Amino acid sequence: MNEMLAVFRRELGGYFATPLAFVFIVIFLFAMGSFTFYLGGYFESGNADLSIFFNFHPWLYLFLIPAISMRLWAEERRTGSIELLLTLPVPLWAAVLGKFLAAWVFAGLALALTFPMWLTVNYLGSPDNGVILAGYTGSFLMAGGYLAIGAALSAATKNQVIAFVLSVVVCFLFTVSGLPLVIDFVSGWAPQALVNTIASFSFLNRFQSIVNGVIDLRDLIYFISLIGVWLAACAIIVDMKKAG
Amino acid sequence: MRAEPGAYPAAGDGTGNEGSGVIASTVVHTSDSSPAGPLIEIHNLVKRFGPFTAVDRVSFSVARGEVLGFLGPNGAGKSTTMKMATGFLTPSEGDIRVCGFDVQSRRLSAQRAIGYLPEGAPAYPEMTPRGFLRFIARIRRLSGQDADQAITSAINATELEQVLDQPIDTLSKGYRRRVGLAQAILHNPPVLIMDEPTDGLDPNQKYQVRELIGAMARHKAIVISTHILEEVDAICTRALIIDRGRIVADGTPGELLARSRYHNAVSITLDTSLAEQAALLLRAVHGVAAVEEIRRGPETIFTLFTTVQGEADTTLVDHVSRLVRERGWQVRALYREPGRLDEVFRRLTRGDRSGQQTKPGAAA
Repeated sequence: MNEMLAVFRRELGGYFATPLAFVFIVIFLFAMGSFTFYLGGYFESGNADLSIFFNFHPWLYLFLIPAISMRLWAEERRTGSIELLLTLPVPLWAAVLGKFLAAWVFAGLALALTFPMWLTVNYLGSPDNGVILAGYTGSFLMAGGYLAIGAALSAATKNQVIAFVLSVVVCFLFTVSGLPLVIDFVSGWAPQALVNTIASFSFLNRFQSIVNGVIDLRDLIYFISLIGVWLAACAIIVDMKKAG
Repeated sequence: MRAEPGAYPAAGDGTGNEGSGVIASTVVHTSDSSPAGPLIEIHNLVKRFGPFTAVDRVSFSVARGEVLGFLGPNGAGKSTTMKMATGFLTPSEGDIRVCGFDVQSRRLSAQRAIGYLPEGAPAYPEMTPRGFLRFIARIRRLSGQDADQAITSAINATELEQVLDQPIDTLSKGYRRRVGLAQAILHNPPVLIMDEPTDGLDPNQKYQVRELIGAMARHKAIVISTHILEEVDAICTRALIIDRGRIVADGTPGELLARSRYHNAVSITLDTSLAEQAALLLRAVHGVAAVEEIRRGPETIFTLFTTVQGEADTTLVDHVSRLVRERGWQVRALYREPGRLDEVFRRLTRGDRSGQQTKPGAAA
């Protein structure tokens, strides 16, 4: 546990030791704002809720989250510090989890800094703050899912660009698996059970229901277990690389 | 622990793998007398990368008080062996024990006992040495005063005071190496493994690091890899030459020097005006196998190779000095060569012949 906290603190500190944290947060907030107000037509919609804001999250995360996760392991491998980390008495799970949690907390911080949105909507009307809280929770969980996928793919390469591109592709597949784009492609030939399984992997469907204020335990379990599975994959990849 | 000074005389074939004997001018622990036995035990270690065998049945052990020098050309398998010993790479075959812990099955316990300086001294570039050492202390479960004390003494030992608050990626190569060293010795580990600890340091810093290693040597088992052959003579109690993944020589620096053809050779520097006459007379000295002559302006250096191999032997130098006295020559220098490590190194690490021939003895 101590070791995990040490890795976590170092990793989180690493974001703020370079301009990375600043640049990321500024771009994140700018993108969130401009998507919501211009593309989403927030004011024109006349609704006192944040559903327009939240609806853009999956698509923004698709590119912004891999930008955080790509460096998690690939950079350690490139600079050689991974040799240091793995020869320190740190259990593998502690290294994997410590790094992931640091990235997740960082993403959570960026998300929390969108609070002026919440202030605005409360100023303009009287929204259901429970639904908004659900939206933030769902968004945070979804960010964790994207990050876990990105962490595992980052462990597979020492090239951050490759890690980024692979993460975007895999995250995209997870995002859209419930959309007609994918379902129509599969339903023609695959058994209904498989189609349902694929559709059930969709971030979009599950996130949508959370944003609507319906926190289903199954959706929470889905995101948590998705994070668990991808982090386990990450640990396995890191361990496999030790074999050369 | 019982000390047995001189229990292990500098004789033998120099290819043994006992690992228990230390030829140091100071104290010797043998594995029989030391309750813990060797701190590092490596047995039949093999590492394959696809069809390429990087490390091929390497066995050795290192006891407390020993400084083992790991020598070999680039790509010989030195770093790979160290990476396996520290738990970074998984061996294809063989086993490694550090302080009695199997590095595969008890990785964390073994790693707690190891201080490791990886090749190139990697660190987190955006961190400052102070922050970096704090991170290492936290991972090493040092806290409060213990941590402060450990960090301070590591900083003092490596003289990092001046750069403590500069990001590591702005530091010079020498400082970065010293940050890596500080990290490795922070928890005062019984086992120190260092991959080229003096690479990139200037001569003063090299001297300092050697002093540091020398000061720690008595209480630790230390393995260093190096390209610098004088370093072996300066700090190592034992040297291991590895070539293409195999151990081709294992012995004290003295034993390795004894394998040089310069071992016991006599060098004499004379005025060049005497050279022609001297050449004939020196060749005729009893016990001279061959004579090498190097003319440098007014001086001529003769190197007389002896027919006596192995043992330290002063017969030839006695003969030569008698000849000098009889002839009344003005001698500018006269000395008996201890041997040349670079020549031994080249001979052992070049061509199949030497590798094949010495391997069975070394891996026994």
